[in-house]
Formats: sequence, C-alpha cells, structure tokens
Amino acid sequence: MGAGHAHKLYRHVHSPVHDLPPHCKLTAVFSFVLVVVLTPREAVWAFALYAVLLAGVAAVARIPAAFLLKRLLIEVPFVAFAVLMPFVVPGEQTELLGVSVSVPGLWGAWNVLAKGTLGVAASVILASTTELRSLLLGLQRLKLPPMLVQIASFMIRYGDVITGEMRRMSIARRSRGFEARGVRQWGVLAKSAGALFIRSYERGERVHLAMVSRGYAGSMPVIDEVTASRTQWAHASALPVLALVICLLGWTV
Amino acid sequence: MHVPDGFIDAPVSAAAGVVAAGAVAVSLRGARRELDERTAPLAGLVAAFIFAVQMLNFPVAAGTSGHLLGGALAAILVGPYTGVLCISVVLLMQGILFADGGLTALGVNITVMGVTTTVVSYALFRGLATVLPRTRRSTTAAAFVAALISVPAAACVFTLIYWIGGTTDIPIGKVLTAMVGVHILIGIGEAVITGLTVGAVIAVRPDLVHGARGLTSPLKLRIGGELVDAPARRSVAPAAARSTRGLWATGLVTALVLAGFVSFYASANPDGLEKVAADKGIDKRVEEHAAKDSPLADYGVKDISDERLSGGLAGVIGVGATIVVGSGVFWAVRRRRTPDAAADIRTKEAV
Repeated sequence: MGAGHAHKLYRHVHSPVHDLPPHCKLTAVFSFVLVVVLTPREAVWAFALYAVLLAGVAAVARIPAAFLLKRLLIEVPFVAFAVLMPFVVPGEQTELLGVSVSVPGLWGAWNVLAKGTLGVAASVILASTTELRSLLLGLQRLKLPPMLVQIASFMIRYGDVITGEMRRMSIARRSRGFEARGVRQWGVLAKSAGALFIRSYERGERVHLAMVSRGYAGSMPVIDEVTASRTQWAHASALPVLALVICLLGWTV
Repeated sequence: MHVPDGFIDAPVSAAAGVVAAGAVAVSLRGARRELDERTAPLAGLVAAFIFAVQMLNFPVAAGTSGHLLGGALAAILVGPYTGVLCISVVLLMQGILFADGGLTALGVNITVMGVTTTVVSYALFRGLATVLPRTRRSTTAAAFVAALISVPAAACVFTLIYWIGGTTDIPIGKVLTAMVGVHILIGIGEAVITGLTVGAVIAVRPDLVHGARGLTSPLKLRIGGELVDAPARRSVAPAAARSTRGLWATGLVTALVLAGFVSFYASANPDGLEKVAADKGIDKRVEEHAAKDSPLADYGVKDISDERLSGGLAGVIGVGATIVVGSGVFWAVRRRRTPDAAADIRTKEAV
C-alpha cells in the first residue's frame, strides 16, 4: 500500500508528530480542546498562546500554513453565525466602526470563534498527521466499543466506493440531459438516493458473505496492537500540558 | 448544524456526552437484534451511504441548495438502533477527520442530530403506521411526516441544551424562534426527499425497508379469474422443531376438549366424532380398533352406565392413548431421519 491509497486528508511526510502512536495523539488533541474550552474568554492572550502552540506543532509536523488555513474553511458557516451575535444579543451597547453592537454579543462571538477555530485547527493537524487506519486502531486502543470501531472502519473503507458510485450516477444523469435546477427535480434526486441505498445495502450483504466465507464470526482479529512507550506519551502530552499551564494562568491572572 | 467547540459549556457538553454514550450503548445491543452478526458490515455500509447522501445537494431555489441530514431516512430504512449507530459513527468520523463539529461537542452533536432525529422520527413513523392503512403510499406519507417533525424537534433539543449550557446569553425565546423557524423550512426539504427516497426504495426492494416490514401481503393466485390465497409454503423441518411443544400442548388440549365434551353430543352419531378426529388428524389410532375386547371397546367405559359420560370418558382416555402412541411413532420416525440415529438403528438391526 503506497501513498496512493492514503486518504486525501492525510499528508504523507515523515515527522516526529507522524511517528507518534495514534492513541497518544487522540488523547492529546482531546485534552487540548477540553482545556481550550475551559479557558475564560476574557483571557485573550491565552488564546493567542494556544494558536502559537498549534502553529509550533504544525511546524514540527511539517504541515504548510496554506494547507492548514485552507482546511480551516470548514468553519465558515459558524463564522457567519458568530458575526450575527453582536447584533442580536441584548446588553450594553458600544460603537465599533460606526455601528452599534452589544458588548456581551461581541464577547460571545469572540468566544465561539476563538475556541471553535482552535478546535478545528487541532482536529485538522490530527487528521493530516495520522492515517485513517491507525486512527481507527487508536480509537480501538482507547477502548471504544469494538463494534463501533468495526462500523467506523467499514464506513471509511467503503465511503469512497459509495461516494464514487454516487458520482457515477450523477454523471449518468447529466449525460442524459438532466440538470437539477430546483424543487421540481427533487424526485429524480430522491430516486437516485434510493438506488444508492439499495446498492449500499446489497454491497453490505455481499461484503458480509465474503467475510463469512473467510471465517468471520462477529469480531475482527487484532493483528497489530499499537503500543506507546513512556517517551512517546511524554512527547504527546507536551501540547495539552502546556495548554493547561496557560489555562491556569488565564484563570489566575 | 454541527456544533463547534466552545459553543456549549463544558459541564453540559459532558452531560450530553454521557447521554450520547448511553444511547450508543443501547443501540449497539439493539442493532445486534436488528442485524445479528451482519451488524458491522451492514451498519458500516449504511453509514457510508448516509455520509455520501449528505453530500448530495438538493437545489432549493436559484443559487441555494440543501442536503439531507439523514436521521429519519436511516431510522425508517434500517431501523432505529442501526440508524442511531450509523449517524453517530458518521458524526464521530466527521468530527475527527473533517473537523466538522467540535470534539468536545461530539456528545451534543450525537444527542441532537443522531439520537433526537432518529428516535422522534421512528416513534412518529411507527405511530402513524399503526393508524394509517397498511399500504405503500401511507408508508411514504408516514416517512414524510416523521422527517418533517424530526428536524424541528432536533432544533428544540438543541435550544434546550443551549438554554442550559450556552456560552452566550441570547434570549432563549429568540433562539427558539430562529432555530425552529429555520429548521421547519429545512424539515420540509428533508421530509420531501426522505418520503420520495423511501418511496423509491419501497418500489424496488420493499423487503429492505425496515419500517415497511409488515406490508408484505400474502401471495394470491388468479384461478379462473378469481383471486385465491396461495397455499402456505410447506414449513421446513428445523422450523417445525422449534414450535413442537406449543403445538403439542394446543393439540392435546384441543383433542381432549373435542373427545371429552364434543363427544357428549356426537356420541349418538359415531361418524361425527370420527370425522372430527379425521379432520384434526388425530385418527391415527385406527389400530386400536383391533383391541375389541379392551375395556374401552365400542366407545364406552364398561362400568359406567351413563352413555354420554362414558362416551366422553372413553374419548378422553382414547385421545391420551393416541397421543402416547402417536408421539412414540413420531419420535421414532424423527430419530430415524437424523443420520446418526439411522445408523444407530441399522447397527442394532444388524446385531
């Protein structure tokens, strides 16, 4: 399996962050996000320091800034929501660029924007430094129910297949002169969705039969148990521990 | 729709996480009942389907388009437990891989978008399905209503969570109005697409739609221009083996009732009893007629003078004896059918 099989979210380079065991990275990212959420929003400098921390991790992981920023765009819908906040929240009014906005609304918008962006950035770094398969192994190691891990692995393994099937159906529709312009075309799209469901379900049955014929009895054998040494845990915990220090400073200062 | 980090405060996020974990645990158990050992591949593929269908954009008007949320669709197509599992896995993967929805808000997201939509839509769907006539069209209509209500219901639950643990104090009335207002519109789109999709699947593979499992009508044959019920399929041996105890008990009670009480009135006309016995398949004691000098001969117990009572008693005793003999015969036959037993008997015969 070469890089060609890797998911497009994953950046295949070698770096200390890539080499960390997946469950360490998952734990670190989750703890980091938790600490960020617990930080008081008035400590603006703390969020700047968090951003610096993440930038440092991205640099160590050799993720280009442009890549990271492009992936951050997923947050745009919530930015739009946050921008509305200063106008709908009642409270003390203030002047900003000649427009009257509310102070609690501004704080709320800042809170959501800062914490949301940091969370998204942390997840993006995790996804681009960890392969899908090892991510699943990490989840399994973190005692997620094995059945859930199996379902997730099937979803990821066949996600591209099903999406590809959907794309081919869309090409077939368009090559027959179909163009989805409005509500009147919903019937055709819904029929496509129905056909996609039947194909997915039948594929699931075929996959199950193929697995049964190879000796599947309800659980997957664990062939490569992921383990982490104490040093690796120490490296992974650098991010959340530093963040925790910043958070505590944010509460006291 | 995906809640990011920092939108809901930590304690409420944790509480929602506990709720979500509980719902997923219950669903894991329930999904095994819905899909048995096929759970992992099938739920995985359905999750992949939900993931793909969320990317299928439905144009609403010039420029704008929406996409399916899929909670109601999943619940109706594959059942509520599998539905919750599929949506939860999709949300988990979206959170970790695509950073769509915060990691600390995962519990909130699963509770709102996975559990609420699925449970509300399935409960509504089941309720409507019992009220409406059992046709394909009413299944589609029930799917429409279920999906229509499920989206604003999710918005209400989100508003409730926001009310308890929101980090910004927007007046709750405003949030509720905005959320429910927008989501009623989204719900209409969701409902139309869900109804049409369920209808499309029912038209091709009605057996795949979990919500339409009761719809299969008995097979009818057109004989001489008239619709006649097709003869029931002969049950296979393993199926019979499961229900023998119940069948035997029912048969025993029926036979005793028939023999003991019906013979009160039928005893004057022996053919009646014989006919009933033949109809009910309990006439395997024909051999008993050979024992003419037995105390039960001529359908009467010798020392009891009342004709009806003795006839009834004789019937009951006869049925009892028949059952013992018949069961013995059946048991022997069944033993012989299994190859091991057959081999056993053959060796005995050889000895």
